[in-house]
Amino acid sequence: MLAYLVKRVFQAIGVMLVISLIGFAIQDNLGDPLRELVGQSVTEEVREELRDQLGLNDSFVKQYSRFLGNALQGDLGTSYFFKEPALDVILKKLPATLELVFGATLIIVGLSVPLGVYTAIKPNTILSRIIMGVSIVGISIPVFLTAILMIYVFAVGYGWFPSFGRGDVVHVFGYWDTNFASVDGWMHIILPSLALASIMLPLFIRLIRAEMMEVLQSEYVKYAKAKGIHPSRIYFVHALKNTLLPVITVGGVQIGTMVAYTILTETVFQWPGMGFMFLEAVNRVDTPLIVAYLIVVGFIFVVTNTIVDLIYGLVNPTVNLARMGA
Amino acid sequence: MSNFSTNVEASRFSRMWNSNMGYSFRRNPVAVVSLCIFAAIALMAIFAPLIAPFDPYDLSQIDIMNSEYPPVWIDGADKQFLFGTDDQGRDLWSTILYGTRLSLLIGLCAVTLQAFLGISIGLISGYVGGRLDSLLMRMADIQLSFSTLMVAIIFLAVTQAMFGSETFNQYAIYFLIAVIGVSEWPQYARTVRATVLAEKKKEYVDSARVLGFGPMRIMVRHILPNSLSPIFVISTVQVANAIISEASLSFLGLGMPPSQPSLGSLISSGFDYIFSGSWWITAIPGVILVVLVLVINLLGDWMRDVLNPKLYKG
Repeated sequence: MLAYLVKRVFQAIGVMLVISLIGFAIQDNLGDPLRELVGQSVTEEVREELRDQLGLNDSFVKQYSRFLGNALQGDLGTSYFFKEPALDVILKKLPATLELVFGATLIIVGLSVPLGVYTAIKPNTILSRIIMGVSIVGISIPVFLTAILMIYVFAVGYGWFPSFGRGDVVHVFGYWDTNFASVDGWMHIILPSLALASIMLPLFIRLIRAEMMEVLQSEYVKYAKAKGIHPSRIYFVHALKNTLLPVITVGGVQIGTMVAYTILTETVFQWPGMGFMFLEAVNRVDTPLIVAYLIVVGFIFVVTNTIVDLIYGLVNPTVNLARMGA
Repeated sequence: MSNFSTNVEASRFSRMWNSNMGYSFRRNPVAVVSLCIFAAIALMAIFAPLIAPFDPYDLSQIDIMNSEYPPVWIDGADKQFLFGTDDQGRDLWSTILYGTRLSLLIGLCAVTLQAFLGISIGLISGYVGGRLDSLLMRMADIQLSFSTLMVAIIFLAVTQAMFGSETFNQYAIYFLIAVIGVSEWPQYARTVRATVLAEKKKEYVDSARVLGFGPMRIMVRHILPNSLSPIFVISTVQVANAIISEASLSFLGLGMPPSQPSLGSLISSGFDYIFSGSWWITAIPGVILVVLVLVINLLGDWMRDVLNPKLYKG
């Protein structure tokens, strides 16, 4: 187990290094920091001197190691637009995005387990067919269209929910303002979370259904039935427990994917999170902010994937052994 | 001579018609309807220049005074525009036809690229094995752990910022194909590798090796044809995903430009007008996009059920 852990952590570090290299390459080639600093009304000699001072004439290795050293100390450069450390700008926006992901996760967990189990137990009822039909339609609708449709129906049409922004947020601590502490906050987060959940929900319903159906064929479930254990106990205690392992693995990876999809939902709902900020940074060619976003998001992906892999290795020793052998 | 060739054609068709797959296809109304709708959309896309009443790329045919006419079944419409016009005064029906063409083209090309990369890597990885195999599969793991959409968004955003939007718009279609194509190769590579590992042990591969065929020939001519069915199943799902990815990227302004819109960029330009009541600019291309992706997914579902031997037993 220890060897596996070490190997996995080394791989994560390697991937982060590659990401930082990409980030550095972007920073090196995109935009000119001097122009942001002094404009165009400076003579060539002064420019050259400034370049020397800023270390822009140093060798690639030297510049990259400096970039890496700063990054390790949490310094990812200063945003051209906000005139603040880029990492701070992102950390201020991070809670909004994470709350959106959290809201969507609540909806997914709350709905996919009962729906998936039901469609697995009773695959031939009309309700199951409807659920499966709706789920394949759900997979086929891009998340931004779901979001637009929701705004059109529930915000513009019925006026039940607000159509943009976070509304009244309650300050918790640091940069964290929460949507979950006020009625207005709840009203604002429901539509974006639903839209974000809509892309993953069908996937999870189908996954839980498929795993559950496989488990229900197994010997120990038949034995439990023969023993006369109550069906609900068989389904929810014996069978469900064994379907959750693959579901958790896929789920962990999907949390990273959801961060990507937040860019779409945040754009439609003008949700002041990381994704929305990133697109603005792209339009302003705010290089340090783009690079910082790349590194923060890369970090989120690498950390979630590593944790999921470790949990999977911990719970399921066969996978662990197979990987160690490879 | 011509008689002979038509005979071959007919027998090939009837062979397909009478095969297991043909039988299950005829028995499955969902698959039949899906295929018909898909064929209709594909034909519309292919013959867009012949069907479309206007050329949406021809600036001389566009008049800004015509903008935001509703579809013909709503009051205040102009009869020459079947589905109304968009914000620039383009005929929405023609623009949708051309847009569907672009969306389908990008989807198919991207999947072809994915398949080419993934199948080659999967074949080599499975056939050669050893260190190369574990290196390639580790790369596939890492690539898969990053969501395609995320990779594509960051790549396209940086490219756009680097080249400026004018140059970017000109080559957007190639960038889209490249990024969607490259970031999804592990899907193919993993599946192909798994089937290669299973096929490699069989006797026909041994006999081919004994006959002195080179590894290249064995991989492409012998093993590959026997691993086609999982490739078909993935391909349908991948085309649907690629079309959705393209639409999402274009929606964010990182894909096809408004002057040459795909379905996604049309929806995006319509989104700015949805609150002023011009819902059709978003809704009609939206419906086409969803129907297109849905029928591909339904076909994929059906194909998976037919080609997956696991379900035969179940």
